[in-house]
Amino acid sequence: MEMLFYIAAAVTVLATLRVITHVHAVHALLYLVVTLIALSLIFYLLGAQFAAALEIIIYGGAIMVLFIFVVMLLGPLAVEQERTWFSLSAWVGPSILALVLLGEVGYLIASGDHPTMAVAEPRQKAISIALYGPYIIGVELASMLLLPGLIGAYHLGRRLSSEARSC
Amino acid sequence: MIDWSHTALTIAVILGSCLTLAGMLIWVERRLLGVWQERYGPNRLGPGGCLQSLADMIKIFTKEDWIPPFADKAVFVITPAIVVITALMSFAVIPIAPNFVVADLNVGVLFFLAMSSLAAYSVIIGGWASNNKFAFLGSLRAIAQLLSYEVFMGISLMGAVILAGSFNLSDIVNAQQHQWFVIPQFLGFLGFFMAGLAEAHRTPFDMPEAEAELVAGYHSEYSGMKFGMFFVGEYLSILLLSAMTVILFFGGWHGPWLPPVVWFGLKMFGFIALIILIRAAWPRFRFDQLLSFGWKVVMPLALINLLVTGGVVLWRAG
Repeated sequence: MEMLFYIAAAVTVLATLRVITHVHAVHALLYLVVTLIALSLIFYLLGAQFAAALEIIIYGGAIMVLFIFVVMLLGPLAVEQERTWFSLSAWVGPSILALVLLGEVGYLIASGDHPTMAVAEPRQKAISIALYGPYIIGVELASMLLLPGLIGAYHLGRRLSSEARSC
Repeated sequence: MIDWSHTALTIAVILGSCLTLAGMLIWVERRLLGVWQERYGPNRLGPGGCLQSLADMIKIFTKEDWIPPFADKAVFVITPAIVVITALMSFAVIPIAPNFVVADLNVGVLFFLAMSSLAAYSVIIGGWASNNKFAFLGSLRAIAQLLSYEVFMGISLMGAVILAGSFNLSDIVNAQQHQWFVIPQFLGFLGFFMAGLAEAHRTPFDMPEAEAELVAGYHSEYSGMKFGMFFVGEYLSILLLSAMTVILFFGGWHGPWLPPVVWFGLKMFGFIALIILIRAAWPRFRFDQLLSFGWKVVMPLALINLLVTGGVVLWRAG
């Protein structure tokens, strides 16, 4: 099982690297989809089946489709622009920050303080009870946040369509 | 310890029968369409024309496999595989008879939803990678359609999940031993079946490939076996839709006298015939009608169904 975890983790890291370094936006997003699927496999291996399924349904299936939908409309011009942005100097800042993180990981591994592989097995029922019990305020706040978004999208869409009809 | 030989045998049987059935369905559909439209359909090759699919396959394998020079090659080649892989992956969680299932997952329903949402990529990316205006228009339509109908699909099958109290498909089938869920969940069944038709892009929801206006929609540029994969993928998703409908709303393998596998097959064939009859009888929607029908009719009905089901289950539990 540990071997499977390391393979999935390696795929995640490599795919994410390609997301950052790819000049072609749609290809980069496809790599991001691979990252999300690999992440979901990691969740599954850690015993969180419910989170693994939701990761694919919500992030892999719905949100990334919308991302790709928008980026698809950009066309080939965006590739040239992206290429010019990928100068060597743009790498300095992120590289230093990433090296700091790498150092932390190296320290954790060297100190021998390994966290255990398997987390407690959270069942769907336990998650639901936690969400609608102690964390009900978080759920309510999130839904309040989504409602204005929905109304705003409706408002924007409605104005555009009435303009299109008038002209 | 997992019994590897049993699992491997199950996988082989399910994979083999799915691919064979999907191939045979091409012939079944053309024959049934012929019967309903008072003509013959393919009836020359073999008894009743049943070897037609084999001939089609030989033809499609020997055709020139052409990749357009303006296409995005790598993505163009991968896309047809996504359709078939996601459809076949979903069959892993489908219980055909007691203990006759590849992976009896705790979250089987969610796994099915996850695979059907990943299947959307094939349509979207295929249309984009073809770099063709008709294909691109087809995939733009497909995105709007698949994203909207995925939402109802999830919501309308939740009623059955609430009644069974489990995401596990075998548990859902066993909960229907005395009463099929189609009776208390009729709205849920209608919503799920419509959403399934839209996900499989079958008539009356086949706008992404409407041949009268978009050539062939997202797979305009595909030829040879790559087109064949899209074709087989479509029939696999018909099989999947009928299997899921039988499991969620029509009691799965339960039935008197006959063995479970036979009941499952009979019910599934009933739905396949229904899907083909719909294609023979109905014209396709206009695209804006399709989206407004989904969001303004199916969505509220599915939500009301979910609310009432949840309320009744809680009231019964006391």
